[in-house]
Amino acid sequence: MLQSRSSYPPQQGAITPSLASSSEKSIPTSLTPSNVRAPVASTRKVTIYDRNLNRRAPELSFAAFAFLFNEIVQYSQKNVKGIQEMETKLSEYGYHVGQRILELIVIREIKNAKRETRVLGLLQFINTSIWKSAFGKPADALEKSKDQEDEYMIIDNDPIVNKFISVPKEMSQLNCAAFQAGIVEAVMDGCQFPARVTAHSVPTDLFPLKTVFLVKLDPIVIERERYMR
Amino acid sequence: MSRTPRQIGEEVWKTRVEKVNAELVTLTYGSVVAQLCKDFGNDYIQVNEQLDKMGYNIGIRLIEDFLARSNTSRCRTFKDAAEIVSKVGFKIFLNITPTVGNWSQDNKQFSLIFDENPLADFVELPDDGKAINELWYSNILCGVLRGALEMVQTQVEAQFVSDVLRGHETTEMRVTLIRILEDEMPVGDD
Repeated sequence: MLQSRSSYPPQQGAITPSLASSSEKSIPTSLTPSNVRAPVASTRKVTIYDRNLNRRAPELSFAAFAFLFNEIVQYSQKNVKGIQEMETKLSEYGYHVGQRILELIVIREIKNAKRETRVLGLLQFINTSIWKSAFGKPADALEKSKDQEDEYMIIDNDPIVNKFISVPKEMSQLNCAAFQAGIVEAVMDGCQFPARVTAHSVPTDLFPLKTVFLVKLDPIVIERERYMR
Repeated sequence: MSRTPRQIGEEVWKTRVEKVNAELVTLTYGSVVAQLCKDFGNDYIQVNEQLDKMGYNIGIRLIEDFLARSNTSRCRTFKDAAEIVSKVGFKIFLNITPTVGNWSQDNKQFSLIFDENPLADFVELPDDGKAINELWYSNILCGVLRGALEMVQTQVEAQFVSDVLRGHETTEMRVTLIRILEDEMPVGDD
């Protein structure tokens, strides 16, 4: 069968040595209009872009998320050598999610949508809207660090991702809420407030899973804030 | 007293299940698949296998959760099992009830036809020509079924045969019963 599904520009490696070993015949196709593969989306009757974004988000069981997250943690453990790397990996997963969650939530909030330009406004937006729609409850507190001008802290007494994770003693510095930290980081980057977000556990008697998300803003943001004051 | 699997599923979903935002799960699963594709260098066959393995690990634990929540009795036939899986199992975890159909002659194979798949909401496969032919996006579900059923002494093989993401009409998973496993006593245990 003629391989009519080649990618558009040749430099994307459409006819590469690895493809030649595949079972389909890799007959080089010329990039004339008749041979360029039509995107699959146009042949389907309903594309994903036609679906309504504004319907109230459906719900799934928490167990589904918990199992999936556990698998993520297990899979990440295989390829990393240390706690730092593991937190970075989890943060990457969270980043991927956060980029998309930001878009979704901003679109849905079209009535109250006001693009946040101040740090405090943005952090409050994260605390309430993002936390509420993604994790089901607003974050518990927002604090500004006294010593450092560029550090803020979001406090969550019971991050949902950590609910079914137990960390062995030798890895007690690992906090899987790095996933949530990744989400926050992506949201901040998406709103043009570059920052680094990390998760730290501060267990208390009442809330053994209490986590502080330390938000360290980029110097660019601090300068901008100073300028706007 | 709820009798039919459908009623059991509805009841458990309404009362005994903690809910979470579906989009969080969808996006998390999406980031898993994306990361796997990156890790394996777009070798989608390997991604499928890895998703299946991950699903297997999930399935062997998920069955406990399922039995604890649903409190169903033992299934007498493979047909019963199929009904319970689709009406109660999927309902409890993903709030969907795929239809069971296409039973084979010897009643050892059936299809689960998904009319909606929350894992694949708003997903498009990458445009590189390979993914559309090789990647089964929701392959983790096959692993979950395989793992869960193996823990209840039923060895099955589950594979997707069609997927809306690939341009087909429906998303369909084919489940085949390989054999019923016998409980093996550990050596030296009388």
